[in-house]
Amino acid sequence: MGSNPASNHPVSFKWIMKAVEKGGTLICVDPRFTQSAAKAHIYAPLRSGTDIAFLGGMIKYILDNNLIQEEYVKNYTNASFLVNPGFKLPGDNGGVFSGLKGEAYDKASWSYQTDAEGRIRKDETLRDSNCAYQLLKKHYSRYTPELVSSITGTPKEKLLEVYESYAKTGKPDKAGNILYAMGWTQHTVGTQNIRAMSIIQELLGNMGLAGGGVQALRGESNVQGSTDYGLLFHILPGYLGVPRASDTALAVYNEKRTPKTREPNSLNWWKNYPKYSASLLRSFYGTNATLDEAYSYLPKLDDGVDYSWLTLFDQMYKSRFTGFFAWGMNPAVSSANIFKVRKALTQLDWMVNVNLFDNETGEFWRAAGMDPKKIKTEVFMLPCAMSFEKEGSITNSGRLMQWRNKAVDPPGEARPDADIITDLYFRLKELYETEGGPLKEAITKLTWNYGEAVVEGRLLHVDIRAVAKEINGCFLTDKLDQASKREFKKGDPVPAFAFLQDDGSTSSGNWLYCNSFADKGNMAARRGTKDPSGIGLYPEWAWSWPVNRRIIYNGASVDLQGKPWDPKRAVIAWDGTKWVGDVPDGVGNPGSGRPPFIMKPDGVASIFGPGLADGPFPEHYEPLESPLARNLMSPQMNNPVIRRWDKPGVGTEMDIARSADTLFPIVCTTMRVSEHWQSGVMTRWQPWLVEMEPALFVEMSPQLAREKGIKNGDQIFIKSARGQAEAVAMVTERVKPFLIDGKTVHQIALPWHFGWATSATRAYGARDKKPEIFTFGNAANRLTPTIGDANTMIPESKAFMVNIFRKGVA
Amino acid sequence: MRLTRRTFLKVSGTVLAGSGLGVSLKPIYAHAKPLKIRYARETTTICPYCSVGCSIIISTASYGKVINTEGDPNSPINAGALCSKGSSLYQLSINNPNRLTKPRYRAPYESEWKEVSWEWALDRIARNVKKSRDESFRQTNGKGQTVNRTEGIASVGSAALDNEECYLYQKFLRGLGLVYIEHQARI
Repeated sequence: MGSNPASNHPVSFKWIMKAVEKGGTLICVDPRFTQSAAKAHIYAPLRSGTDIAFLGGMIKYILDNNLIQEEYVKNYTNASFLVNPGFKLPGDNGGVFSGLKGEAYDKASWSYQTDAEGRIRKDETLRDSNCAYQLLKKHYSRYTPELVSSITGTPKEKLLEVYESYAKTGKPDKAGNILYAMGWTQHTVGTQNIRAMSIIQELLGNMGLAGGGVQALRGESNVQGSTDYGLLFHILPGYLGVPRASDTALAVYNEKRTPKTREPNSLNWWKNYPKYSASLLRSFYGTNATLDEAYSYLPKLDDGVDYSWLTLFDQMYKSRFTGFFAWGMNPAVSSANIFKVRKALTQLDWMVNVNLFDNETGEFWRAAGMDPKKIKTEVFMLPCAMSFEKEGSITNSGRLMQWRNKAVDPPGEARPDADIITDLYFRLKELYETEGGPLKEAITKLTWNYGEAVVEGRLLHVDIRAVAKEINGCFLTDKLDQASKREFKKGDPVPAFAFLQDDGSTSSGNWLYCNSFADKGNMAARRGTKDPSGIGLYPEWAWSWPVNRRIIYNGASVDLQGKPWDPKRAVIAWDGTKWVGDVPDGVGNPGSGRPPFIMKPDGVASIFGPGLADGPFPEHYEPLESPLARNLMSPQMNNPVIRRWDKPGVGTEMDIARSADTLFPIVCTTMRVSEHWQSGVMTRWQPWLVEMEPALFVEMSPQLAREKGIKNGDQIFIKSARGQAEAVAMVTERVKPFLIDGKTVHQIALPWHFGWATSATRAYGARDKKPEIFTFGNAANRLTPTIGDANTMIPESKAFMVNIFRKGVA
Repeated sequence: MRLTRRTFLKVSGTVLAGSGLGVSLKPIYAHAKPLKIRYARETTTICPYCSVGCSIIISTASYGKVINTEGDPNSPINAGALCSKGSSLYQLSINNPNRLTKPRYRAPYESEWKEVSWEWALDRIARNVKKSRDESFRQTNGKGQTVNRTEGIASVGSAALDNEECYLYQKFLRGLGLVYIEHQARI
């Protein structure tokens, strides 16, 4: 669900087919009959944006038929925790949870009952009406197959077929796995889509097992790494929080972010937070500043303010920035509501665009409707090296960090990104040293010792391995580690994050990667192909964070005695004296009672999840733009805590939404094809790929095509409240109308990889041959709305409303 | 004659039709012909497209040209397999005449690019960054709390960078005081 791996992560599908050969059952749930669906044992259609209804029905089915893995649920989840009696479910509270105040929840009632010592009260029998298990049961009792089918458009018998098949994985020695992608995240309820499936995996005891889990199929080769390294407004490397203005000193910051627990057996791994924050500050400023000074240099966010993608472009539109870096990104195609984004770019004084090829962001001033003579923005387009024209590591969807070697030099004057960043850094450092400026120390005191190629104080070429070593971390002074009684000398690499210190004696650029480049060298470059586990762990192939653990949460793959739930596919096992198998995750010795989810303060997985902005259980709400005038589940139409950019005084005149509007009666989703990638910058220039997928097309059902007088291959227009795009009609039986609340609802889908920057218009050298073939078609994000998920602010690009017309008709 | 894949198909179609057999009658010659990668240097890389992490072997000739790219059979991730994008990696590097090879500059209100030197471009960018930062840097917010941030510059990118580059880039941006730091993971 929420992904199409056969098309978009094709090599992952190789292993899915291996599992099928071994007797596994493949289920595909998707609005379209995709290439993945074509190989599935069971295919179930659903309307875009209704996954929580679908999965809520599955939770009800599992609980009604008592198909849970009981020992797992009782010991490894918070099912037994007693919740505050003041907590109210949406079914008893007008479709929202208790505590809604305006556009945010006051979560006071989402808390646990505690005893005199502050410990959480529990009912191990799971019978108390206030325990998380009973609340879950009550909440999803509303998700009957009839109601779910009416919302999702999935035939009732298909729902039950999927539920019955998947629930079989609740047996201790069976595992079920879910692969999701943007089909789940790009919704106003994106986080809760994933939560709903996580709850199912907890009920069925599928987390931590070989072949279990909830897998995010990430879209970019290193989007896992770039997230690990904190290229987002709210996180620093290693998922440490970016300081807020009220975090007035390092001690305050650490105190607020280090979780505490009264649960006696819980390990609460994040108690080590101050060690990781101190080591990170050292990686910025080394010993050029004290820890407190280094902390004060870090930029702080205002409390309660969002600085994420949609806000960024809204602020740019409102002329709040003079400068902008679009480094290895093409937001003029990839952002939701791109007409707004392109207009925002005209408000800048300058923009730096670093890329391999021409792209719509660098050339936004040539977009349809733009007059370059009226656009002030100074644009720099800098050519960079591609993946094998430099060396470095990337981290895949499975946290596996693999090394890339350099094969050739980049073409012409193109340079590795690290060299461009470094060159710019040294020029700025010189400017601040000679001319001064506000808080210049934050820049001039950064450590930047990455190699020998220093000329007149400037580093000309970065030794990437020196950076990798700084990330791993080292001792800055001689130190006796108290926990292990091991002695380290100044300059020694830190062997693993358990040795990091909170007193400034260690430096590490990302605690999760500590151990990747220590005394054994560059672990990411390893190519060992042994698999002693027999389940495909390959522990000597490259390196995975944390500490080369291949299956995270594997402490939950064994029972309380350390015996694997599934002995045929053991991930770890207790041999009487020690753990064998994968690097064990958080488990104490059998009998210690330590719960296995050590990154949670209370040590267990969350059936009840009070940490999220929009409720401790997932609840179905309609997408911002829906074909329905009301939510069939409750009186509350949309997620009540999303930020509405279309309201007066919030966004701009370009942030428009039209729901249940006869002008836009068709549900639309964006999607991808195998031959293109993301905004198309790295695929629209290769003739082989272009020949296979040259143009924007729209998949639609024969029924819709008949209604609209459209034939397969016709040129059509797709219109939304934001804009229109031109495309080729692909009329196919793979798309079917849905029956929603007794009425026919159509859905269409279009890929989003296209734009005007193609080889057709490129100025070639005298000896270069003009290409015979090139892509054409508009960017699908002309149509998508400005609206984000309540927790992540990821835009809702997978469910919005449009209309279509044959060209010449409208 | 330079053959593209398209014209190659056309030509080979004609030849096959002309021979009347459709098969080569020179198997011994074909067998004896050395592989084009025989004297090439092999390096491994990881595919730059999706997040599966397929390993790819790059064969480079002594004169510095990529002459072959193919799936790495030793990788437990892909066991030699590649998808259509991974298979076309050959066309992404120096074999692609469309790559940007020189810094370009579009001056305010101009309709065309002009090529500029790195020296000129980076000096001018550094000057712009300093001006934007110095004009928009705030040591305290409206409540008088210390914030030490640059409000007038934003950045997006990038999941296309290697880990070490991501690390350097965020260090650079946070050192400058930026708070509007976003990338692909948010969309």
